[in-house]
Amino acid sequence: MAEPLFSVRGLKVALPDMTRKPLIGRAPLAEILKGLDFDLPKGSVTGIVGESGSGKSTLGRALVRLLEPSAGSIGFEGRDISRLSEGELRPLRRDLQMIFQDPMSSLNPRHTIFNIIAAPLRQNGLGDRLKERVAEALQRVGLPQNFASRYRHELSGGQRQRVGIARALALSPKFVLADEIVSGLDVSTQAQILTLLEKLAAEMGLTVAFISHDLSVIRRLCQQVIVMREGRIVEASATDALFDNPQETYTRDLLAAIPLPEIDPDWLRPKAPA
Amino acid sequence: MDEARISRRALSPRLWLAGGWLLLALLAAIFAPLIAPQDPLAQDLMLERLPPFWLDGAEPGYWLGTDSLGRDLLSRLIFGGRIAFIVAFAAAISACFIGSALGLIAGYFGGWADRIISRIVDVWMAFPPVLFAILLVAVLGTGLSSVILAIAIIDWTRFCRVIRAEAMSQARMDYVESARIAGYGRIGIMLREVLPNVLPSVVALLSLEMGIAVIVEAILSFVNLSISTDDPTWGSIIAEGRLSIHQAWWVLVFPLITLILTVLSFSQFGEALKARFDPVLR
Amino acid sequence: MSANLEPCLDIRGLSAVLPNGQRVLRSVSLSVQPGEVRALVGESGAGKTMIGKAVLGVLPKSVRIVEGEMLIEGEDLGRLDAKARRNLIGARTALIPQDPLTALNPSRRIGGQMTDRLVRILGWSGERAGQRIRQLLDEVQIRDPERVLKSYPHELSGGMRQRVLIAAAFAAEPRLIVADEPTTALDVTVQKQILRLIAQLQRDHGTAILFVTHDLGVVAKISQKVSVLYAGKVVEEAETAQLFAAPQHAYTRALIAATPRYTDPYASLKPVDESVLAGLTAEIVTADKDWRPGHG
Ligand SMILES: Nc1ncnc2c1ncn2[C@@H]1O[C@H](COP(=O)(O)OP(=O)(O)OP(=O)(O)O)[C@@H](O)[C@H]1O
Ligand SMILES: Nc1ncnc2c1ncn2[C@@H]1O[C@H](COP(=O)(O)OP(=O)(O)OP(=O)(O)O)[C@@H](O)[C@H]1O
Ligand SMILES: [Mg+2]
Ligand SMILES: [Mg+2]
Repeated sequence: MAEPLFSVRGLKVALPDMTRKPLIGRAPLAEILKGLDFDLPKGSVTGIVGESGSGKSTLGRALVRLLEPSAGSIGFEGRDISRLSEGELRPLRRDLQMIFQDPMSSLNPRHTIFNIIAAPLRQNGLGDRLKERVAEALQRVGLPQNFASRYRHELSGGQRQRVGIARALALSPKFVLADEIVSGLDVSTQAQILTLLEKLAAEMGLTVAFISHDLSVIRRLCQQVIVMREGRIVEASATDALFDNPQETYTRDLLAAIPLPEIDPDWLRPKAPA
Repeated sequence: MDEARISRRALSPRLWLAGGWLLLALLAAIFAPLIAPQDPLAQDLMLERLPPFWLDGAEPGYWLGTDSLGRDLLSRLIFGGRIAFIVAFAAAISACFIGSALGLIAGYFGGWADRIISRIVDVWMAFPPVLFAILLVAVLGTGLSSVILAIAIIDWTRFCRVIRAEAMSQARMDYVESARIAGYGRIGIMLREVLPNVLPSVVALLSLEMGIAVIVEAILSFVNLSISTDDPTWGSIIAEGRLSIHQAWWVLVFPLITLILTVLSFSQFGEALKARFDPVLR
Repeated sequence: MSANLEPCLDIRGLSAVLPNGQRVLRSVSLSVQPGEVRALVGESGAGKTMIGKAVLGVLPKSVRIVEGEMLIEGEDLGRLDAKARRNLIGARTALIPQDPLTALNPSRRIGGQMTDRLVRILGWSGERAGQRIRQLLDEVQIRDPERVLKSYPHELSGGMRQRVLIAAAFAAEPRLIVADEPTTALDVTVQKQILRLIAQLQRDHGTAILFVTHDLGVVAKISQKVSVLYAGKVVEEAETAQLFAAPQHAYTRALIAATPRYTDPYASLKPVDESVLAGLTAEIVTADKDWRPGHG
């Protein structure tokens, strides 16, 4: 396997737990990620799965350093970025990009699509040839050039998500985090977005972390899979190995819970008591 | 593209009526010396308490009649508009600037900044505003600038509260996070992502605040705490009108109508502008 | 299941338009037999929710029904006055909504919200309603019903909330339930539990269900019959097994192909072919040209 782009050791994240916040004073910290170790090889697409609340998004947000870990290290190209300050992170930002789940709320309603895609370029010293670069980004995700002057409410859900991808890839980053980017879209649009991402990731040699709770999508897209539960890694392996021979019952349950478009009268029967 | 979007939206009658009245009043105030039929300060005891033009005994040239000292009411209203608009713009803009800036900081940065600013706002709001204004003017001394200062000092909290709440909900949007991913700093995000989204509310509040400033100025003049008593202001005209209500009702009624129309127009104009600037057609 | 049974829900040639004259439903016909689950599937904006709302009599004001009829157990809703219609719908139908959080009042305890409907619409006594709700909470496998009844919505997880709403829907023994994407907001493990619950309750109570979804996987597991909707038009209707074995319409085939499956990763993820969509759109445009409201 290629050398890792990310090399994460003992990663812990604790966040204030607002449900237990006393009337006065700070909310107690709740440990969301409880010590994770894994590598993301360069140029690979890694799926992160797990049920709701298992900490997938938290992990993703720690990787792109929207969150500061409470313990452990995040090696990015051999350098620990887990403690860098906002200022020290700035030069790294162009390499660590993200595509959001909700294409609506991730686009500012008051900026045109042009401005939305141009902003990261300007901010990262790519402000020259701005028009050209934005046009290129739009073309890459298959949007017509005249969309540049539109606002987000003038786009469909699938088109909005393409803008999200265009914005993330405009900087030619090394890493992209995709957090549930298709769960709000219908299957046809979903398939368009996924094939697009697959194609672009291969073309640009991107390293991608793809968060989803849909294992069917993960199987198609990813070379390796990390299965999470309650802030821990349950199982991590190459995709085919995981699907052909899941080691953990939790993984098997997750797989069995996916409704395949096939008739199976037994699927809804309660499991026979062991 | 932009133009298409705006022309697609029906121009609301609200915007036209309110804007029309404000423009008329503003132009009259600016060109007062050219427009006013009489000298607003000229007294003529021969002409005291002339009724408005449609009543018996009206004099040509004194359209809305005269007060108990024989001064032309219309001219006094027009000149009074000058002070009303100066106060409205200066006070509302200063209040808006202070309040919005602090509200934006409190709402977006949260934490310490928010706690301090919110506490100050709470304390500020505990004072009854009119009493506060009278107190302030009493301390600062009367005069145009102290009236403006008093209104700004009192009413910035209105902006602060609203803008803070809006900035807070903006701060939770994904596009704010996306700007961090793009490498923007906190100030940059505040100005680029949050500010444009709270701007329509700022504009609406600003317009509303101008109306409020007009009222507060009128109240201060009414209790004789505003500008020197010679210069006509809407408040002082109303105060005088109240004394002669039984002999000359018009001296009270016309300035009241002017005041109410202006204040209403400001608030309606603000609302209409806000609706119009919203890029999301819903 | 015999074909001469009177359908529980029968929609015949239903068309609806927006104020600008645009059609959102195009002569939709579909029926649900007693004790049957009929899936209504289609991509976003196809009009699935619109049909469900039409049945429940809660269409937005801007949407106008221009032709067609709807019968619930043989009674034509169009022939009833507004009050009788509301009573009929209230007594014989129920809804399982998509988003369990917005469907519950955040400031009231679960218990009161669940018994409300039984007491108000069916005129049950509070005690009887309470008993019934406890029984249903038991059926949806909520372990501590007393605690749940006393909780506020935000104190329950998404899966729990959806169970509560399912229990509430079945409590009044409706003949027909409209389930509008009841599992879309849930993750797969919870989704499976919920689907299992709905299927079981449906069997036990013999309820007819109109099951709205965009997930063909869910369709395959829960329904006996399917209607495929595209742009407000039913393009294919079949027994579920038949539909997956031999889809007739090109759009249905494309939709099945677009549905991802982990067992066969390389066969899946084909976006619906542009030419299929273009064909469908052309078909609809020609049909719209000849269409006059009310003559069908
Ligand atoms: N800002 C926060 N403050 C406190 N707790 C949080 C915060 N964000 C998330 N959590 C908690 O952390 C846990 C993991 O959340 P996370 O969003 O990472 O889950 P997830 O795996 O992405 O779930 P989903 O599939 O629902 O998106 C949850 O229990 C959640 O309640
Ligand atoms: N209140 C409304 N007024 C006007 N048009 C509406 C309204 N609600 C929905 N529509 C339009 O009607 C069409 C059908 O909408 P509907 O909500 O039934 O779709 P759906 O199939 O349920 O989609 P989804 O899977 O996204 O829920 C869409 O084109 C939508 O834009
Ligand atoms: Mg998440
Ligand atoms: Mg819907």
